[in-house]
Amino acid sequence: MADLSRDDVVKLAALARLELSEEEIAEYSQELTAILHYVEQLQNVDVAGLQPTNQVTGLTNVMRDDEVQDYGYDAKDLLKNVPTVENDQIKVKRMIG
Amino acid sequence: MPVLAWQPIAAIARGVQDGSLKAADLVAQALAAIDGQSDFAAIIATTPGRASQRAAEIDVRVAKGEQVGRLAGVPFIAKDNFLVFGAETTAASNILRGFTAPYLATAIEKLEAEGAICVAKANLDAFAHGSSTENSDFMTTKNPHDPTRVPGGSSGGSAAAVMLNMAPFALGTDTGGSIRLPASFTGAVGYKPTYGLVSRSGIVAMASSTDVVGPLTRTVADAALVLDVMAGQDSLDSTTIARDAEGYVLDEATDVRGKKIGVVAEYMGEGLQPGVKTQIDEAIAKLKQAGAEVIDVSMPTLPLALAVYYVLCPAEVSSNLSRYDGQRYGFTAKEAKTLDESIKQSRSQGFGKEAKRRIMIGTYVLSSGYYDAYYKRAQTVRTKLINEFAEAFEKVDFLLGPTSPTVAFKIGENTSDPLQMYLTDIMTVASNLTGNPAISIPAGTSEGLPVGLQLIGAQKADKQLLQIAQATEGILG
Repeated sequence: MADLSRDDVVKLAALARLELSEEEIAEYSQELTAILHYVEQLQNVDVAGLQPTNQVTGLTNVMRDDEVQDYGYDAKDLLKNVPTVENDQIKVKRMIG
Repeated sequence: MPVLAWQPIAAIARGVQDGSLKAADLVAQALAAIDGQSDFAAIIATTPGRASQRAAEIDVRVAKGEQVGRLAGVPFIAKDNFLVFGAETTAASNILRGFTAPYLATAIEKLEAEGAICVAKANLDAFAHGSSTENSDFMTTKNPHDPTRVPGGSSGGSAAAVMLNMAPFALGTDTGGSIRLPASFTGAVGYKPTYGLVSRSGIVAMASSTDVVGPLTRTVADAALVLDVMAGQDSLDSTTIARDAEGYVLDEATDVRGKKIGVVAEYMGEGLQPGVKTQIDEAIAKLKQAGAEVIDVSMPTLPLALAVYYVLCPAEVSSNLSRYDGQRYGFTAKEAKTLDESIKQSRSQGFGKEAKRRIMIGTYVLSSGYYDAYYKRAQTVRTKLINEFAEAFEKVDFLLGPTSPTVAFKIGENTSDPLQMYLTDIMTVASNLTGNPAISIPAGTSEGLPVGLQLIGAQKADKQLLQIAQATEGILG
């Protein structure tokens, strides 16, 4: 696995919905490369016969009955934090530029 | 007003219940200690209105002869990634500045149901990403023992607050060591329960496969009582597990006699500061003297735990932080013309450096073409680590080592190299990846700074771990 180039960082930023300054791109290329080099030691580990672990306490699907439960959340409290509200709905910018 | 030390939590609650202490006075004491020590930058905001109102209600209930609960009138401080209804919750990030919690975290709801009173929100590394609070978008908390040093992180504000007597206990979250490391650096007790034992509903998510909630206190008995109140299943967090039928309160003293304690060889070698090693060796000698059976344990995969963590944690961070789009809550960029621009600009201007760094790494390790090599590989090495822990707990009851290879470092010492900062978690991350409970208790000092001793228990053996920790606390004096 190679070092992260400027192009790689720009592509990653786009995937992550981030805009980076030239300074940030240079900084992250270097730092991310160092971090990726550090985690590369995992490539040499013998993991023959082992499965990946996603859940550590042995829980599998946790189901409940499909019934409406009132947790007492108030829509007004939730809408208080919304930057732009119109008719109790969240207003966003137009989607096509 | 001088800053007073707090009594044990159970004693405070008894005092409030029998009328010899007033909840209103306790809240005033906490707020005065916070105000008088603002130089340490431990607290982001106080919640005096809500706290005073709750205190008044509790005092009225006591006067009426009602039983208020096991934490009657006990003030506490929550890390600012816990939602406290009506209070600002920022996770020390600019992107959540001004966010008012629309509901209450389950952990806090349970504490309040027993009469505890949240008085303030503590500083942290933004979104809990860090080991020093230097990644807070607002300020760096100072170590109570030496203000030129960090308190550890990410729950550094919570740990410092407890050691500055701002409240009898504080809440933290531990994703890779964020409760235990600041406990170690400040001389507090920091408890990380078994994964899933405390609900995370209402807590700003970091890495969901390792995030846990736990207390920071002055004593193990206090930590056990707070855990007992918070532990158990919650329909709002489907990863929660059942609580132990016996609960977690430490009623009677336990002996270390005959207990098998494994000293983790990988934690005692290279990179350990000599002064830290001396304290840990001394603790081991005292445990042996008290009758514990101490043996050496080697876990060869342990040195890889940090690499596993720094694949999995950023992966989960990038996923959890994708919800910050600037549209529904949090910071929103004003000048954007389209939705896409608005999302990008809100995230770019709202997130701090470390959040962006982790989002970028996480996006990389999850991206097509690299997923198998990084993410899946890390999850598989995690299995190897889990197997090694399971093998170790067939031989011993508890594992022991330092919490951190060093004492608290200087502010600014590790900020230029993110990898160096990540290495501070080297002794704590493994038990997050495996889900085991772990605790840091004070074990003397090195060059005047606290050293933390870490004890790790088998999964779901939280009560036993707290018992041995209390016994060890007694032996170390």
